[in-house]
Amino acid sequence: MVEHAMHVHGELWTVKELFVLPNEYIYWSIQIVMYPFMTGLVAGAFVLSSLYHVFGVKQLKEIARFSLVFSFALLPVAMMPLLMHLAQPLRGIHVMMTPHFTSAISAFGIVFMTYAFIVASEIWFEYRKYFVLTTQALAAQPDKGTIDTLRMHMFKVLTLGAMDISNEAIQKDHNAVKKLATLGIPVACFLHGYAGFIFGSVKANALWMTPLMPVIFICSAVVSGIALCILCYVVTMELRKFMAKRKMSRWSRDPDAPTVEQLESAEKQEISIASNYLLYFMIAAITLEILDLIFRGYTQMKSWDILREVIMERDFNKIFIMQYTIGNALPFLLMVLPGRTVRRTTLATILVIFGVFMMRWNVVIGGQAFSLSFSGFMHYHLPFLPTSWETFREGFFGAASVMVTPFVIFWFLNKIVPAFLKEEEVH
Amino acid sequence: MKRRDFLKNTMVVIAGASVPLSALEFIDPKEVLAANPQLHWAFLINTYTCVGCGFCVKACKTENDVPFEANVSRTWVERYVYTKDDRRYVDSPKSALYGFTESKIDLGPALGFKEIDPDNVGKAFFVPKLCNHCETPACTQVCPVRATYKTDDGVVLVDRSWCIGCGYCVMACPYGARYFHPVENVVDKCTFCYHRITKGLETACVNACPFGARKMCNIRDINDPVTQIILNDRVGVLKDDFGTNPQAFYIGLASEVR
Repeated sequence: MVEHAMHVHGELWTVKELFVLPNEYIYWSIQIVMYPFMTGLVAGAFVLSSLYHVFGVKQLKEIARFSLVFSFALLPVAMMPLLMHLAQPLRGIHVMMTPHFTSAISAFGIVFMTYAFIVASEIWFEYRKYFVLTTQALAAQPDKGTIDTLRMHMFKVLTLGAMDISNEAIQKDHNAVKKLATLGIPVACFLHGYAGFIFGSVKANALWMTPLMPVIFICSAVVSGIALCILCYVVTMELRKFMAKRKMSRWSRDPDAPTVEQLESAEKQEISIASNYLLYFMIAAITLEILDLIFRGYTQMKSWDILREVIMERDFNKIFIMQYTIGNALPFLLMVLPGRTVRRTTLATILVIFGVFMMRWNVVIGGQAFSLSFSGFMHYHLPFLPTSWETFREGFFGAASVMVTPFVIFWFLNKIVPAFLKEEEVH
Repeated sequence: MKRRDFLKNTMVVIAGASVPLSALEFIDPKEVLAANPQLHWAFLINTYTCVGCGFCVKACKTENDVPFEANVSRTWVERYVYTKDDRRYVDSPKSALYGFTESKIDLGPALGFKEIDPDNVGKAFFVPKLCNHCETPACTQVCPVRATYKTDDGVVLVDRSWCIGCGYCVMACPYGARYFHPVENVVDKCTFCYHRITKGLETACVNACPFGARKMCNIRDINDPVTQIILNDRVGVLKDDFGTNPQAFYIGLASEVR
């Protein structure tokens, strides 16, 4: 009989070893690694912004607004990997139309929309004064070009007709922001905690199934979110310093624009406080992850034989070297050793983000590295060159486009709701 | 009558009437039937009589349009070989589509094939597998759009027009019964040949098995000879610790079979 090569879904990147059931492949690949990674960043960025709004950590004022905008930019990207992963992406809307509530995934649409609504409203209250001021400034401009006229109309629409910027009105905005931020924390944790539940409740998977999974996911989410916000904050601040020095952009030519020294001291202070919070959440995340590992080793359930081989031998480098040493221990040392500088913290945050990414990888891919028969293994090979739609969406370039999108969105979003405001525009 | 009395009486009447009314429920004949159905499909596999010819796999793939060249299958046969020096080998080359014509054990593409000295073989047997059509399936629970569901007569099906292809059910199934159909590009699985059994025919695999290793029955009909075997003999199910209540029963199930 003549047989043609026919690849079934998953076969392109899965290599089997010993006995693996015929239908078993690594079905949840790079995009499902990206999914908890990206939602984690969203949730973490939001929690960081809430530290200022809810708990009144005054020193985080500037990075808080930055994180809020960044969290909004990340938001659409949280569902992007899910859509790219679907074998029938055009049917993705079915999850909203006919949700089946015994499934952990079905609530995604609802939780996601609730969260998006909260973040959007919070941003609106935060920026209403800025919208009003910008509209007024543009309206006062004598000979406007087409672009400025369009901008004026856009900002006018964004105010939603609420043009009152008296002290009482601004105070009301402020209260609303606080309430929304308070409500947002549990919703953000829920959004991500239940991403952990999606994995933790798969009883067929010996590695995933643990009630600790949602909590582990929330802690590592906050870690990655804070780390990314610090990193991006540093990068933008460096750019601002660079521009301020050379008077390169419109704002820096303003007579009362912040000087390089002012920017530097603000940066130092914000980074110092934010990285302390990063350390606290790192301790919580690592404790839980190690607890889970020790518990499995100590109780030695039926699955431990194969799990031990995956964790201690086959994936040793990925788990103990890349995730725990490079991604956790090293940045931890960089941040706790005396004489912490912005540069050292920045290096640490890069390592932390890498560590959290490896953690997602080791959970998602590692959970499929062994067969349901406990008698064989599967190896994952990330498709690099996008030779087909399948190798694009489930390959390196698909993941890279998910990674890049939030920065593109942030750049555009920054034109409308700038992450950095002048003192008089802040409410 | 005073207004106060009128309101008081009205409330008493409403409260009094609502108690007996609440006892009456709308009775849906379908619901009653589902609670105690006359028909519930179950499967019986005799591992002693299976010889690993693979006719069942071939028949299934032909009947259900699963391409021969695709390395997935609704049903498959596993070979277990135990050596006298206490080593265990398992394989299922191409889901046993062409039967076990080779004595070498398939260790996967990385390790190739391994010849086992026939004198060293302690015991060896075949285990056919298919969807267990669990009583409490993990797969239907996790489907976010309810594209996979359990029929009233106990068969787990997939709606190909509604499946979004997220793969959650594939992950949730402890038996590896599900996969992505290479042509339809949605999740596919054994249907107990629903299109045949609902017309009074046997499933393709039962029909193709030359040794009667596979049988189907209505487990609610205690006079059915196959049901009687399940009720009276010592039968086992796969991975019962997952609480899925599989409806595929095995005669001669070894504990190592997972």
